[in-house]
Amino acid sequence: MIQLNTFLIISAIVFSTGIFTILYKKNVIGILMGVELILNSVNLNFISFAKYSDAQINGQMIAIFIMILAAAEAAIALAIILNIYRDRAMVDVTLIDEMKN
Amino acid sequence: MNNLESLQFFIPELFLTAGLLVTIIVELLLKKEQKVFTAYLAATVLLITIFFLIRQYAIEPAALFGGMVVIDPMAVFFKILTAVSTLIIVFFSIPSFRVKAEYYVLLLATTLGMMLMAQVNDLLMIILAMELVGLVSYVLAGYRRSDPKSGEASLKYILFGAASTGIMAFGFSYIYGLTGQTNLFEIQQALQSTQHNPVILFVAFVLIIAGLGYKIAMVPFHFWLPDVYEGAPTPVTAFFSVGPKAAGMAVLIRFIISIVAGVSADGQTFTANAPIHAQELLAVLAVLTMTLGNLSALQQKNIKRMMAYSSIAHAGYMLMALAVFTSQSVEAVMFYLVVYMFMNFGAFWVIHRMTPHLGSEEITAYTGLGYRAPLVAVAMGVFMFSLTGLPPLAGFIGKFYLFAAVIKAEWYILAVLGVLNSVVSLYYYAYVTKVMFLNRGDDESAVSISSYDTALLLVFLIPTLVLGVYWVPVISWATQSLHFFLG
Repeated sequence: MIQLNTFLIISAIVFSTGIFTILYKKNVIGILMGVELILNSVNLNFISFAKYSDAQINGQMIAIFIMILAAAEAAIALAIILNIYRDRAMVDVTLIDEMKN
Repeated sequence: MNNLESLQFFIPELFLTAGLLVTIIVELLLKKEQKVFTAYLAATVLLITIFFLIRQYAIEPAALFGGMVVIDPMAVFFKILTAVSTLIIVFFSIPSFRVKAEYYVLLLATTLGMMLMAQVNDLLMIILAMELVGLVSYVLAGYRRSDPKSGEASLKYILFGAASTGIMAFGFSYIYGLTGQTNLFEIQQALQSTQHNPVILFVAFVLIIAGLGYKIAMVPFHFWLPDVYEGAPTPVTAFFSVGPKAAGMAVLIRFIISIVAGVSADGQTFTANAPIHAQELLAVLAVLTMTLGNLSALQQKNIKRMMAYSSIAHAGYMLMALAVFTSQSVEAVMFYLVVYMFMNFGAFWVIHRMTPHLGSEEITAYTGLGYRAPLVAVAMGVFMFSLTGLPPLAGFIGKFYLFAAVIKAEWYILAVLGVLNSVVSLYYYAYVTKVMFLNRGDDESAVSISSYDTALLLVFLIPTLVLGVYWVPVISWATQSLHFFLG
């Protein structure tokens, strides 16, 4: 039987990778992938806590809702990115800085 | 309470949802020149929703839908506040969004999300309600598709928003892991009855504060705000500056009174559930928020950007009061949000209507406005001094209650830092007034304003003036609403 700690360590690694991706990537799609990693680490946490505590389904329920949210967020984000791409033909966040003074 | 029984206490939200769907259908049936009617329809829906909400004050505090949401006077207060702010924004937007009917549908959807945020009682509901507000806000920020600034604003908003929601949810997962519960009050009981590892609790607390702090623009999660405020269409900026912020404050208050601290039965004393120094952390963040907001606002040349930093500073003042964890501070924040709504909307209304005449959003473009449009300039001056917190304007009373709450809790250093910040803010607010009245510009032609513009200006100006001398009804409304559902 796999211990709870294994899942927690994996999810912590996935979470850190996600944060690192967000901070490091210049491409907007890359940043979005980092966000997906964070949300998946959240799901993993919720599901493993639900499995290893006293049969509460709350955690699994939250995980399902977060999947839906992630899909909705990706849909809106891609629409926004497409809009930007039409304007500038690139999606590099370091170059999208029209409003810096 | 089970789901069917709960429905009777959920009438405003159900009505708003129905109204939202009807607005979408009606929009399809209208010809292009008639589309402005969807705005009036949305306003009617909001008015009826507010009417239903006022009747909810009679309801005894209870948990609905198996504990997913609660209904208590504090929730009703924030629901009314957010619905009123959206109603004002509908009228705010009519001159600029005449043919874009789905805009009003998006506003109604955000209002639904904000009303849910005001009454969350479960980790799942916090995530869902905040995302409902967030997802619609991202679209609203990028509403002018032809304007590259608008697209950039929505891109920055969604990237920061999605990341901070994820971080917050990660914090929630640890809370769930520690307590095995998702209901806020069951979490509270679990935290009070057993000792948990304070380090993990502190980490979870910091992660959650990242998500909530992003919503209310707390330093260091404020990076999105100046760009979003500058890039988004001005009515949308005004909308973001009050409604979602008030809803974020509501979630923060719920979070404080349930997970971070426990409230005594009379609602007066707050005791921390775990020794994680939440108050000290919030106080430090509050000072950072207002200082950074004010110091950055000093350097701004664009008036919308200046207002963005000023709104960060105001979030700092409210956070300062919340950090002391007393019922008086919650009441002060509630009162301040009402006052802030009028003065901030007023300032944005002036910016919104004057930009086409002045041709620019630079502060220097306002040079000599006092001679070109006296009423507008005087009103702008009033809003600016009210935002600074000078008597006898509404902003002074609002700030007075905030500082009174902090001083009564004997956090003197925090109060002194807050007052110093207010002094700094006087410079950039007064600067706007100075260029309007003391300087004369090249163009001295009178700016004509329509009667609609004047009427809406008075809607903001009169409360800003009146609440400065007669604020008793609003503060007693806040006091009455200071009644939480406590599990």
